[in-house]
Amino acid sequence: MAIMNNIEALRTTLRQEMERDPRIIITGEDVGPRGGVFRATQGLYQQFGEKRIIDTPLAELSIVATGIGMALTGYFKPIVEIQFADFIFPAFNQILNEAARMRYRTRGDWTVPLIIRAPYGGGISGGLYHSQSVEAFFAHIPGLYVVAPSTPYDIKGMLRAALQLDDPVLFFEHKKTYRLIKGEVPEDDYVVPIGKAALRREGDDLTVISYGLAMHDAVKAADVVAAEGIRADVIDLRTIRPLDKDAILNSVKKTGKALIVHEDNPTVSVSSEVAAIIGQEAFEYLDAPITRLTPPDVPAVPFSPPLQDAFMLNPKKIAQAMRELAAY
Amino acid sequence: MATAARKSQKSQQSERPSDKLTDDQLLQLYKSMVLGRKVDERSWVMNRQGRAPFHISGIGHEAIQVAAAATLRPGYDWFYPYYRDLAFVLAMGMKPVDHLRGLLGKAGDPSSNGIQMPSHYSNAKLRIGSISSPVGTQVPIAAGTALASKLKGTDEVTVVCLGEGSTSQGDFHEGLNWAGVHKLPFICIVQNNQYAISVPMEKEMAVKNVADRAIAYGVKGLVVDGNDVLACYDVMFEAVQRARNGKGATLVEAKTYRVTPHSSDDDDRTYRSRKEVEKWKKRDPIMLFEKVLFERGILTEDLRQEIDAWAIQEVDQAEEEAINSPYPDVSEMTKHLYGPMPNWEEA
Repeated sequence: MAIMNNIEALRTTLRQEMERDPRIIITGEDVGPRGGVFRATQGLYQQFGEKRIIDTPLAELSIVATGIGMALTGYFKPIVEIQFADFIFPAFNQILNEAARMRYRTRGDWTVPLIIRAPYGGGISGGLYHSQSVEAFFAHIPGLYVVAPSTPYDIKGMLRAALQLDDPVLFFEHKKTYRLIKGEVPEDDYVVPIGKAALRREGDDLTVISYGLAMHDAVKAADVVAAEGIRADVIDLRTIRPLDKDAILNSVKKTGKALIVHEDNPTVSVSSEVAAIIGQEAFEYLDAPITRLTPPDVPAVPFSPPLQDAFMLNPKKIAQAMRELAAY
Repeated sequence: MATAARKSQKSQQSERPSDKLTDDQLLQLYKSMVLGRKVDERSWVMNRQGRAPFHISGIGHEAIQVAAAATLRPGYDWFYPYYRDLAFVLAMGMKPVDHLRGLLGKAGDPSSNGIQMPSHYSNAKLRIGSISSPVGTQVPIAAGTALASKLKGTDEVTVVCLGEGSTSQGDFHEGLNWAGVHKLPFICIVQNNQYAISVPMEKEMAVKNVADRAIAYGVKGLVVDGNDVLACYDVMFEAVQRARNGKGATLVEAKTYRVTPHSSDDDDRTYRSRKEVEKWKKRDPIMLFEKVLFERGILTEDLRQEIDAWAIQEVDQAEEEAINSPYPDVSEMTKHLYGPMPNWEEA
């Protein structure tokens, strides 16, 4: 079984799926000969040519819109790349009012099987506009799937799953995990279902719910506090919309304590929704207030190194929050 | 007209494509215009009677719409309309009852079965794409569809319509840019009715013609009298030929006028003179075409009345059918959010 990092798993899966399905087309800025600024499409232009790996004008609105227009024909299954999630907002109207509403407003006559890939997240000296977490904006929208796989195994399995859907999928990849996170990627054609969380650590004392880079930090934190006798379930949500309510509730009903951890702003965020679900459906099981750990509610990650460090989550901060909740 | 966007010399000198239309085809164009007009007028009546909450009108726009439809292959070419394209979608194969069901929010409207506001047309079988209300979004989507047709190796053409007001949106710019870069089989028809609700054209743009912008995108720009159905046919014929034969995209600007208020909720007396509106009513595209048909001896007063009576009967029937149609069941509200999820089992 091959060991890959996240970007290798992504690239390998894109190549394998394109070899298998001639309907798959990739478009985006610099996805062609350059192979993408993160190298997600490296070598694909050389293998599949300019009709399937299409360099676009520097215009996010129309990268998404033309993807919608291609998907509507049923001729192609476009995967469009937004170079940084921070730049997706010119396309927000196209995603919200066109892609996400198309099936609903035409009673299923028209559908938009479109994957929009976007690297998100901080910790790479990207400053305000190359570090944002944008998932909550899209998680609010009925008609979209929003996923945030963060392991090589999940990237392959969830990309393959997304390609089987007949609806638009926002495929968010934490850019710091691209080369940081490595793991085994089986060669067989497995699928990681959209909408299913994964249990990364198991314990009875509290539940940590997370995704993305923060999830990896939470696993490290869980290992640290385990040595102190605090055992935690660590849930990797993997899919943001729809949330895996069963996985969240089953764990919280067992532990009675929930800590939700993510890099995105706290106000009206994924943690807000997870907390609401727990509050409404597992209230009687709770032994402590539902707790959240996120960066401060500021626009995004500042550039200057000490400010960036102060903003970002890390295993130490998460371990401390776990200790406090366990002691409640 | 500006040099960058004038009719080609060739089409002025040689025989016009519309010269080849038979008397039957000419009458068909006329009937399409009349039917569109009658359905539109009835929609106003139903609104003023308090039976329809909202109507948005295409009265005065019929010439470019039916002419364009006549140059396309319905169900083969892709068409992204906008909300004034009633006569266009009828000419492409939709039925008066489709529009009137939509007007009343009744079940069976193929556009959206009562989910969208009226005139937000869609018909997948006819390859009529669905539109939303934020304007101009359909232009880059249509460019994507044209790109798909080209990559697939078909000779399908994609046509997208919008008003001149929507050309101020970035979506319009980006869509035209793609059409130029990829030399797409794409025709963008701007129905320039000179107002974005109340804002006159000179406050929308500094150029005289929307089509003057075509050169900046590397596409062909053509300006036409949008109230002259045969001139519209000629221009669309040229644009469709270019698209079908791999010669690239065209921006067609049809100069017309919105003789009605923007919608049933608008009062245009607050921003333009009656004199101006009356002047344009004298250039009504149906009246102008009648004159041509009378001159050529194709239309007689008897035939005109016959066609009128036929259209009114069509509308009467459609109205009755729409009124007698049920509303969609409330359970429809939570349907069609997502397609079925595959039956996955994690490896």
